[in-house]
Amino acid sequence: MEEKKQHSKRGRKVAYAVVGIVLGCIFLFPIYILVLNSFKNTKGIFTDVIGFPNAATFTTENYPNAFKALEYVRSFMNSLIITVIATALILLISAMAAWVLVRYKTKTSKVIFLLFAASMLIPFQCVMLPLVGFASRIGIMNPTGLVFMYMGFGTSMAIVMFHGFIKNIPAELEEAATIDGCGSFRLFFLIVVPLMKTILVTVAVLNVMWIWNDYLLPSLIINKPGWQTLPLKTYLFFGQFAKRWDLASSGLIMCIIPIIIFYLFCQKYIVKGITDGAIK
Amino acid sequence: MKKSKARFWIFLTPALFSFTLIVLIPMLIGFFYAFTDWNGIVGSDMEFVGFQNFVDIFTRDDSFLHALGFTALFSVCAVVLVNLVGFFLAMLVTQKFRGATLLRGVFFMPNLIGGLLLGFTWQFIFVSIFEAVSKATGLKIFSGWLADPQTGFIGLLILTVWQLSGYMMIVYIAQIQQIPESVKEAASIDGASGWQMLKSIILPLMMPAFTIGLFLSISNSFKMFDQNLALTQGGPYKSTEMLALNIYNSAFGANEFGFAQAKAIVFMIIVAAIGVTQLVITKRREVEM
Repeated sequence: MEEKKQHSKRGRKVAYAVVGIVLGCIFLFPIYILVLNSFKNTKGIFTDVIGFPNAATFTTENYPNAFKALEYVRSFMNSLIITVIATALILLISAMAAWVLVRYKTKTSKVIFLLFAASMLIPFQCVMLPLVGFASRIGIMNPTGLVFMYMGFGTSMAIVMFHGFIKNIPAELEEAATIDGCGSFRLFFLIVVPLMKTILVTVAVLNVMWIWNDYLLPSLIINKPGWQTLPLKTYLFFGQFAKRWDLASSGLIMCIIPIIIFYLFCQKYIVKGITDGAIK
Repeated sequence: MKKSKARFWIFLTPALFSFTLIVLIPMLIGFFYAFTDWNGIVGSDMEFVGFQNFVDIFTRDDSFLHALGFTALFSVCAVVLVNLVGFFLAMLVTQKFRGATLLRGVFFMPNLIGGLLLGFTWQFIFVSIFEAVSKATGLKIFSGWLADPQTGFIGLLILTVWQLSGYMMIVYIAQIQQIPESVKEAASIDGASGWQMLKSIILPLMMPAFTIGLFLSISNSFKMFDQNLALTQGGPYKSTEMLALNIYNSAFGANEFGFAQAKAIVFMIIVAAIGVTQLVITKRREVEM
């Protein structure tokens, strides 16, 4: 009896693993097929798209060619700089705002918080056209303007998440520090910010993923080739090399790799960020 | 403790300033533009046209209504599939077997890749791989994907399930882990079968996560843009155009910015209605819990 139970338990484990492996292969299939074809020449992709590259179709030329066509280093750096600066600024201004919005229990404070929270319902399309008109009029169609826009769009979600977190931090510590003559900024940066470490990481991860992958806003704002981000360059690249899947597949792989690396390093925080972000 | 008003405003201003300039003011200007025939060119004349743009949405140009129908149907299908698959994956990877953690990462990974890259990747699958399969097997169903409204719809659906079910899986895993092991053990000792366990123990305790998963997937599919642009570009003949892309094309394709802005406002009302329903239901559940 006991042995039989053990047996069926093991059998079930094997069944789970088999189902899991099959599903895992299905999920990885698109990436696998991209990698496979990124090592074939055009003829190889045209004649046999599913099979392995052979002596006649194997090539390593696609990667350097796509690397050049994407102006990879420049696009990558543009994306990186914009993502890092915008995320850092969103964290800073939102944490500051959320802190006073929690600690000041006035009517103004409540109304402003509600305004931020309610604005999360506004879809981007509703703001997009007037914003572009306005940005071109005051001349901020550049990376600096783009970073500023991310601050405007990102602050609501960040404030709502920080607000929920700071509410649960007791104010006594801050009060004691104030009595000891600690100024506002020192109080905030030396006492409040260290307590917010976990939520700061969570919000940072969510913002990095959003800004890094964003296509629409940069496509409307960035109008000089030298400023293009990776998603922008990818889109143009596809327009330019339509049906050139030898270049396209290797280009896509090169765009996907940084995201995978980011995931491998921050897996724990990303999963936590997704869970917390979803529940908010 | 006396708190200074100055500190309140000094700390609030950077966020409030960027938010007002980037979101609030453009939105208010947008309400005004929706009642004009603005063509998007800075400094050009625009005339006040009253409610004409809103009337046009329902009479002159049927593309918005078509996009609304397409988006709604798509969202319903996507929500059902994404949540079913997501829940199944969550149940699978929370079982104890070797490789479960690795699989979690695999299922979640597509979610990190931007919509644009996903769209292009699947374009390759549908256009090249499916065509090759069709040639090899002689099966007509694999031929001409994305060149036809039905397969375009299914293509978008497959992409969305691939992208979002890992996301829902993460949401559901968080909830599954909160179900106490003792409850499951007690049921198991009382002789509950696997199906009874799922129906009477797990599903009821999963309700809060379902609410979240449902509305997350609705709002994600309703607002979809990048995937739509990269996979089908709304084609053939606007048949797979979703709401966000329809608004975009009205503005940047047809240069009817005023009209596009009116569409955007209708879009906002729909999205906000969904969002508010979500808030109400979630709040009600919180009281019950």
